[in-house]
Amino acid sequence: MADPMEQFRIHKVVELPAIHLPGGLLIDPSITNSTVAMLIAAALVMIFFTLATAKAQVIPGRLQVVGESTFGFIDDLTTGIIGSEGAKYFPFVFTLFVFVLAMNLLGLFLGFTATSQLAVTGTLAAMTIALVLIIGFAKNGLGFFKLFVPSGVPIYMLILVTPIEIISFLLRPVTLALRLFGNMLGGHVALKVFASFVVTLGALAAGGGFGLLGIPGAALSLTGVVALTALEFLVAFLQAFVFAVLTCVYLNDVVNLGHHH
Amino acid sequence: MDAHAAKYIGAGLATLGMIGSGIGVGVIFSGFLQGATRNPSAAGGQFTNLILGAALSEALGILAFVLGLVILFS
Repeated sequence: MADPMEQFRIHKVVELPAIHLPGGLLIDPSITNSTVAMLIAAALVMIFFTLATAKAQVIPGRLQVVGESTFGFIDDLTTGIIGSEGAKYFPFVFTLFVFVLAMNLLGLFLGFTATSQLAVTGTLAAMTIALVLIIGFAKNGLGFFKLFVPSGVPIYMLILVTPIEIISFLLRPVTLALRLFGNMLGGHVALKVFASFVVTLGALAAGGGFGLLGIPGAALSLTGVVALTALEFLVAFLQAFVFAVLTCVYLNDVVNLGHHH
Repeated sequence: MDAHAAKYIGAGLATLGMIGSGIGVGVIFSGFLQGATRNPSAAGGQFTNLILGAALSEALGILAFVLGLVILFS
Protein backbone atom coordinates (compact mmCIF):
# COMPACT_ATOMS: atom_id res chain seq x y z
CA MET A 1 0.00 0.00 0.00
CA ALA A 2 1.34 3.41 -0.95
CA ASP A 3 2.00 5.76 1.93
CA PRO A 4 -1.06 8.02 2.29
CA MET A 5 1.16 10.71 3.83
CA GLU A 6 3.28 10.95 0.67
CA GLN A 7 0.96 13.65 -0.75
CA PHE A 8 1.88 16.07 2.02
CA ARG A 9 5.63 15.91 1.41
CA ILE A 10 7.25 19.23 0.59
CA HIS A 11 9.81 19.25 -2.20
CA LYS A 12 11.61 22.12 -3.82
CA VAL A 13 10.58 23.15 -7.30
CA VAL A 14 12.99 26.05 -7.78
CA GLU A 15 16.14 26.00 -5.68
CA LEU A 16 17.26 29.41 -4.43
CA PRO A 17 20.34 30.22 -2.35
CA ALA A 18 19.71 30.43 1.39
CA ILE A 19 19.86 33.84 3.06
CA HIS A 20 21.97 34.17 6.18
CA LEU A 21 20.64 36.66 8.69
CA PRO A 22 22.67 38.09 11.56
CA GLY A 23 22.27 35.97 14.67
CA GLY A 24 22.69 32.65 12.91
CA LEU A 25 19.20 32.69 11.38
CA LEU A 26 18.78 30.94 8.08
CA ILE A 27 16.01 31.65 5.60
CA ASP A 28 15.44 29.30 2.70
CA PRO A 29 13.49 31.20 0.02
CA SER A 30 13.28 28.19 -2.32
CA ILE A 31 9.99 27.79 -4.15
CA THR A 32 8.37 24.56 -2.98
CA ASN A 33 5.24 22.78 -4.20
CA SER A 34 3.40 24.42 -1.29
CA THR A 35 4.40 27.88 -2.52
CA VAL A 36 3.38 26.95 -6.06
CA ALA A 37 -0.06 25.79 -4.85
CA MET A 38 -0.55 29.05 -2.96
CA LEU A 39 0.61 31.14 -5.92
CA ILE A 40 -1.81 29.33 -8.24
CA ALA A 41 -4.63 29.85 -5.73
CA ALA A 42 -3.86 33.57 -5.42
CA ALA A 43 -3.54 33.97 -9.19
CA LEU A 44 -6.84 32.17 -9.81
CA VAL A 45 -8.64 34.37 -7.28
CA MET A 46 -7.25 37.53 -8.88
CA ILE A 47 -8.08 36.36 -12.43
CA PHE A 48 -11.58 35.34 -11.36
CA PHE A 49 -12.43 38.66 -9.71
CA THR A 50 -10.82 40.65 -12.53
CA LEU A 51 -13.01 38.83 -15.05
CA ALA A 52 -16.09 39.05 -12.82
CA THR A 53 -15.80 42.80 -12.45
CA ALA A 54 -14.34 43.58 -15.91
CA LYS A 55 -17.65 44.33 -17.61
CA ALA A 56 -19.76 45.32 -14.65
CA GLN A 57 -23.34 45.90 -15.71
CA VAL A 58 -26.54 46.82 -13.93
CA ILE A 59 -28.00 43.51 -15.07
CA PRO A 60 -25.13 41.18 -14.13
CA GLY A 61 -23.88 38.32 -16.25
CA ARG A 62 -23.26 34.84 -14.88
CA LEU A 63 -19.70 35.47 -13.71
CA GLN A 64 -20.63 38.81 -12.17
CA VAL A 65 -23.42 37.17 -10.16
CA VAL A 66 -20.97 34.65 -8.68
CA GLY A 67 -18.52 37.41 -7.79
CA GLU A 68 -21.21 39.67 -6.34
CA SER A 69 -22.87 36.94 -4.29
CA THR A 70 -19.51 35.89 -2.80
CA PHE A 71 -18.99 39.54 -1.92
CA GLY A 72 -22.48 39.86 -0.45
CA PHE A 73 -22.13 36.59 1.47
CA ILE A 74 -19.09 37.79 3.42
CA ASP A 75 -20.51 41.31 3.72
CA ASP A 76 -23.60 39.87 5.45
CA LEU A 77 -21.29 37.89 7.71
CA THR A 78 -19.15 40.85 8.84
CA THR A 79 -22.06 43.24 9.36
CA GLY A 80 -24.10 40.47 10.97
CA ILE A 81 -21.45 39.56 13.53
CA ILE A 82 -19.41 42.74 14.04
CA GLY A 83 -22.25 45.19 13.39
CA SER A 84 -22.04 48.60 11.74
CA GLU A 85 -18.27 48.74 12.15
CA GLY A 86 -17.91 45.44 10.30
CA ALA A 87 -17.40 47.13 6.94
CA LYS A 88 -13.91 48.20 8.04
CA TYR A 89 -12.82 44.60 8.53
CA PHE A 90 -14.59 43.26 5.47
CA PRO A 91 -11.49 43.32 3.16
CA PHE A 92 -9.45 41.21 5.58
CA VAL A 93 -12.16 38.62 6.17
CA PHE A 94 -13.02 38.47 2.48
CA THR A 95 -9.38 37.95 1.47
CA LEU A 96 -8.94 35.21 4.06
CA PHE A 97 -12.14 33.45 3.01
CA VAL A 98 -11.45 33.52 -0.72
CA PHE A 99 -7.79 32.55 -0.33
CA VAL A 100 -8.51 29.62 1.99
CA LEU A 101 -11.41 28.49 -0.20
CA ALA A 102 -9.21 28.63 -3.32
CA MET A 103 -6.44 26.63 -1.62
CA ASN A 104 -8.92 24.04 -0.31
CA LEU A 105 -10.64 23.57 -3.65
CA LEU A 106 -7.37 23.52 -5.57
CA GLY A 107 -6.15 20.74 -3.27
CA LEU A 108 -8.91 18.51 -4.64
CA PHE A 109 -7.70 19.08 -8.21
CA LEU A 110 -3.92 19.46 -7.95
CA GLY A 111 -2.98 16.65 -5.57
CA PHE A 112 -1.29 19.04 -3.18
CA THR A 113 -3.26 21.01 -0.59
CA ALA A 114 -1.52 24.08 0.75
CA THR A 115 -3.94 24.22 3.71
CA SER A 116 -2.87 20.71 4.80
CA GLN A 117 0.45 22.23 5.86
CA LEU A 118 0.47 23.39 9.47
CA ALA A 119 2.92 26.15 8.51
CA VAL A 120 0.34 27.71 6.15
CA THR A 121 -2.67 27.49 8.46
CA GLY A 122 -0.52 28.50 11.42
CA THR A 123 0.59 31.64 9.60
CA LEU A 124 -2.99 32.54 8.71
CA ALA A 125 -4.12 31.97 12.30
CA ALA A 126 -1.19 33.94 13.75
CA MET A 127 -1.96 36.80 11.36
CA THR A 128 -5.62 36.84 12.44
CA ILE A 129 -4.81 36.80 16.15
CA ALA A 130 -2.12 39.46 15.70
CA LEU A 131 -4.73 41.67 14.02
CA VAL A 132 -7.18 40.99 16.86
CA LEU A 133 -4.52 41.98 19.43
CA ILE A 134 -3.51 45.13 17.51
CA ILE A 135 -7.11 46.29 17.08
CA GLY A 136 -7.91 45.34 20.67
CA PHE A 137 -5.10 47.45 22.13
CA ALA A 138 -5.54 50.31 19.62
CA LYS A 139 -9.27 50.66 20.30
CA ASN A 140 -9.46 49.90 24.01
CA GLY A 141 -5.97 50.51 25.34
CA LEU A 142 -5.48 48.60 28.58
CA GLY A 143 -9.27 48.12 28.66
CA PHE A 144 -8.49 45.21 26.37
CA PHE A 145 -7.99 43.09 29.48
CA LYS A 146 -11.69 43.50 30.27
CA LEU A 147 -12.04 40.72 27.69
CA PHE A 148 -11.01 38.29 30.41
CA VAL A 149 -13.38 39.72 33.01
CA PRO A 150 -16.94 39.31 31.69
CA SER A 151 -19.35 41.94 33.03
CA GLY A 152 -22.21 40.85 35.25
CA VAL A 153 -20.32 37.93 36.75
CA PRO A 154 -20.22 37.85 40.58
CA ILE A 155 -16.78 38.53 42.04
CA TYR A 156 -16.36 35.08 43.59
CA MET A 157 -17.08 33.48 40.22
CA LEU A 158 -14.41 35.61 38.53
CA ILE A 159 -11.71 33.57 40.30
CA LEU A 160 -12.92 30.63 38.24
CA VAL A 161 -14.02 32.41 35.06
CA THR A 162 -10.97 34.61 34.41
CA PRO A 163 -8.40 31.77 34.12
CA ILE A 164 -10.79 29.89 31.81
CA GLU A 165 -11.22 32.98 29.64
CA ILE A 166 -7.45 33.51 29.48
CA ILE A 167 -6.80 29.89 28.53
CA SER A 168 -9.54 29.91 25.90
CA PHE A 169 -8.10 33.12 24.42
CA LEU A 170 -4.60 31.60 24.30
CA LEU A 171 -5.98 28.46 22.65
CA ARG A 172 -7.72 30.43 19.88
CA PRO A 173 -4.78 30.64 17.43
CA VAL A 174 -3.96 26.97 18.13
CA THR A 175 -7.46 25.70 17.41
CA LEU A 176 -7.89 28.08 14.46
CA ALA A 177 -4.77 26.64 12.82
CA LEU A 178 -5.36 23.02 13.82
CA ARG A 179 -9.01 22.94 12.70
CA LEU A 180 -8.27 23.83 9.09
CA PHE A 181 -5.09 21.72 9.05
CA GLY A 182 -6.72 18.68 10.67
CA ASN A 183 -9.79 18.74 8.47
CA MET A 184 -7.78 18.97 5.27
CA LEU A 185 -5.21 16.40 6.40
CA GLY A 186 -7.80 13.93 7.67
CA GLY A 187 -10.00 14.20 4.61
CA HIS A 188 -7.16 13.72 2.15
CA VAL A 189 -5.67 10.80 4.10
CA ALA A 190 -9.08 9.09 4.13
CA LEU A 191 -9.40 9.66 0.37
CA LYS A 192 -6.00 8.14 -0.34
CA VAL A 193 -6.58 5.17 1.99
CA PHE A 194 -9.87 4.33 0.24
CA ALA A 195 -8.21 4.81 -3.16
CA SER A 196 -5.41 2.40 -2.21
CA PHE A 197 -8.04 -0.21 -1.19
CA VAL A 198 -9.27 -0.17 -4.81
CA VAL A 199 -5.76 -0.90 -6.09
CA THR A 200 -4.85 -3.63 -3.56
CA LEU A 201 -8.22 -5.42 -3.83
CA GLY A 202 -8.07 -5.12 -7.62
CA ALA A 203 -4.60 -6.70 -7.62
CA LEU A 204 -5.96 -9.48 -5.42
CA ALA A 205 -8.80 -10.10 -7.87
CA ALA A 206 -6.33 -10.25 -10.77
CA GLY A 207 -4.82 -13.33 -9.09
CA GLY A 208 -8.05 -15.27 -9.68
CA GLY A 209 -9.53 -17.96 -7.38
CA PHE A 210 -10.69 -16.69 -4.00
CA GLY A 211 -9.13 -13.34 -4.89
CA LEU A 212 -12.14 -12.67 -7.11
CA LEU A 213 -13.99 -11.82 -3.89
CA GLY A 214 -11.95 -8.61 -3.96
CA ILE A 215 -14.02 -7.22 -6.83
CA PRO A 216 -17.11 -6.24 -4.79
CA GLY A 217 -14.79 -4.82 -2.13
CA ALA A 218 -12.96 -2.74 -4.74
CA ALA A 219 -16.28 -1.52 -6.16
CA LEU A 220 -17.41 -0.55 -2.68
CA SER A 221 -14.16 1.35 -2.07
CA LEU A 222 -14.51 3.15 -5.38
CA THR A 223 -18.03 4.25 -4.37
CA GLY A 224 -16.53 5.36 -1.09
CA VAL A 225 -13.90 7.46 -2.90
CA VAL A 226 -16.58 9.18 -5.01
CA ALA A 227 -18.75 9.88 -1.96
CA LEU A 228 -15.78 11.13 0.06
CA THR A 229 -14.72 13.44 -2.78
CA ALA A 230 -18.20 14.99 -2.72
CA LEU A 231 -17.92 15.34 1.06
CA GLU A 232 -14.49 16.93 0.69
CA PHE A 233 -15.93 19.65 -1.55
CA LEU A 234 -18.44 20.43 1.20
CA VAL A 235 -15.68 20.41 3.83
CA ALA A 236 -13.48 22.65 1.67
CA PHE A 237 -16.20 25.28 1.56
CA LEU A 238 -17.30 24.79 5.17
CA GLN A 239 -13.81 25.15 6.62
CA ALA A 240 -13.15 28.35 4.67
CA PHE A 241 -16.50 29.63 5.95
CA VAL A 242 -15.71 28.58 9.52
CA PHE A 243 -12.35 30.36 9.33
CA ALA A 244 -14.12 33.54 8.18
CA VAL A 245 -16.84 33.24 10.86
CA LEU A 246 -14.32 32.72 13.65
CA THR A 247 -12.22 35.64 12.43
CA CYS A 248 -15.36 37.80 12.61
CA VAL A 249 -16.24 36.51 16.09
CA TYR A 250 -12.73 37.17 17.42
CA LEU A 251 -12.70 40.64 15.86
CA ASN A 252 -16.16 41.33 17.30
CA ASP A 253 -14.87 40.49 20.78
CA VAL A 254 -12.38 43.35 20.69
CA VAL A 255 -14.25 45.82 18.45
CA ASN A 256 -17.41 45.79 20.55
CA LEU A 257 -15.69 45.15 23.87
CA GLY A 258 -18.01 45.56 26.86
CA HIS A 259 -21.09 46.57 24.87
CA HIS A 260 -23.21 44.57 22.55
CA HIS A 261 -24.40 46.09 19.32
CA MET B 1 5.87 -4.98 24.38
CA ASP B 2 8.32 -3.14 22.18
CA ALA B 3 8.20 0.62 21.86
CA HIS B 4 7.03 0.55 18.26
CA ALA B 5 3.86 -1.38 19.06
CA ALA B 6 3.16 0.85 22.05
CA LYS B 7 3.39 3.86 19.75
CA TYR B 8 0.69 2.53 17.44
CA ILE B 9 -1.57 1.62 20.38
CA GLY B 10 -1.01 5.06 21.89
CA ALA B 11 -1.86 6.80 18.63
CA GLY B 12 -5.06 4.78 18.38
CA LEU B 13 -5.99 5.58 21.97
CA ALA B 14 -5.32 9.28 21.44
CA THR B 15 -7.88 9.45 18.65
CA LEU B 16 -10.56 8.18 21.08
CA GLY B 17 -10.98 11.85 21.96
CA MET B 18 -12.83 12.21 18.69
CA ILE B 19 -15.77 10.24 20.16
CA GLY B 20 -16.71 13.13 22.38
CA SER B 21 -16.41 15.62 19.58
CA GLY B 22 -18.59 13.43 17.34
CA ILE B 23 -21.29 13.27 20.01
CA GLY B 24 -21.02 17.02 20.53
CA VAL B 25 -21.48 17.85 16.84
CA GLY B 26 -24.41 15.41 16.71
CA VAL B 27 -26.07 17.11 19.68
CA ILE B 28 -25.66 20.52 18.06
CA PHE B 29 -27.21 19.46 14.77
CA SER B 30 -30.04 17.58 16.50
CA GLY B 31 -30.78 20.67 18.56
CA PHE B 32 -30.76 22.81 15.45
CA LEU B 33 -33.08 20.47 13.56
CA GLN B 34 -35.50 20.30 16.48
CA GLY B 35 -35.62 24.04 16.67
CA ALA B 36 -35.77 24.46 12.90
CA THR B 37 -38.70 22.09 12.43
CA ARG B 38 -40.66 23.89 15.16
CA ASN B 39 -39.95 27.35 13.82
CA PRO B 40 -38.65 27.10 10.25
CA SER B 41 -38.77 30.86 9.69
CA ALA B 42 -36.08 31.43 12.33
CA ALA B 43 -33.82 28.63 11.06
CA GLY B 44 -32.01 30.60 8.36
CA GLY B 45 -30.77 33.26 10.77
CA GLN B 46 -29.16 30.66 13.02
CA PHE B 47 -27.06 29.03 10.31
CA THR B 48 -23.91 30.96 11.30
CA ASN B 49 -24.37 30.02 14.95
CA LEU B 50 -24.91 26.39 13.95
CA ILE B 51 -21.67 26.24 11.98
CA LEU B 52 -19.86 28.12 14.73
CA GLY B 53 -20.97 25.67 17.40
CA ALA B 54 -20.11 22.69 15.22
CA ALA B 55 -16.67 24.15 14.46
CA LEU B 56 -15.90 24.89 18.10
CA SER B 57 -16.79 21.40 19.33
CA GLU B 58 -15.12 19.81 16.32
CA ALA B 59 -11.88 21.58 17.22
CA LEU B 60 -11.42 19.32 20.25
CA GLY B 61 -11.80 16.22 18.10
CA ILE B 62 -9.27 17.61 15.63
CA LEU B 63 -6.95 18.27 18.57
CA ALA B 64 -7.16 14.57 19.49
CA PHE B 65 -6.61 13.56 15.86
CA VAL B 66 -3.52 15.76 15.52
CA LEU B 67 -2.23 14.41 18.84
CA GLY B 68 -2.57 10.91 17.41
CA LEU B 69 -0.61 11.95 14.34
CA VAL B 70 2.07 13.55 16.50
CA ILE B 71 2.46 10.31 18.47
CA LEU B 72 2.52 8.24 15.28
CA PHE B 73 5.07 10.31 13.36
CA SER B 74 7.43 11.47 16.09
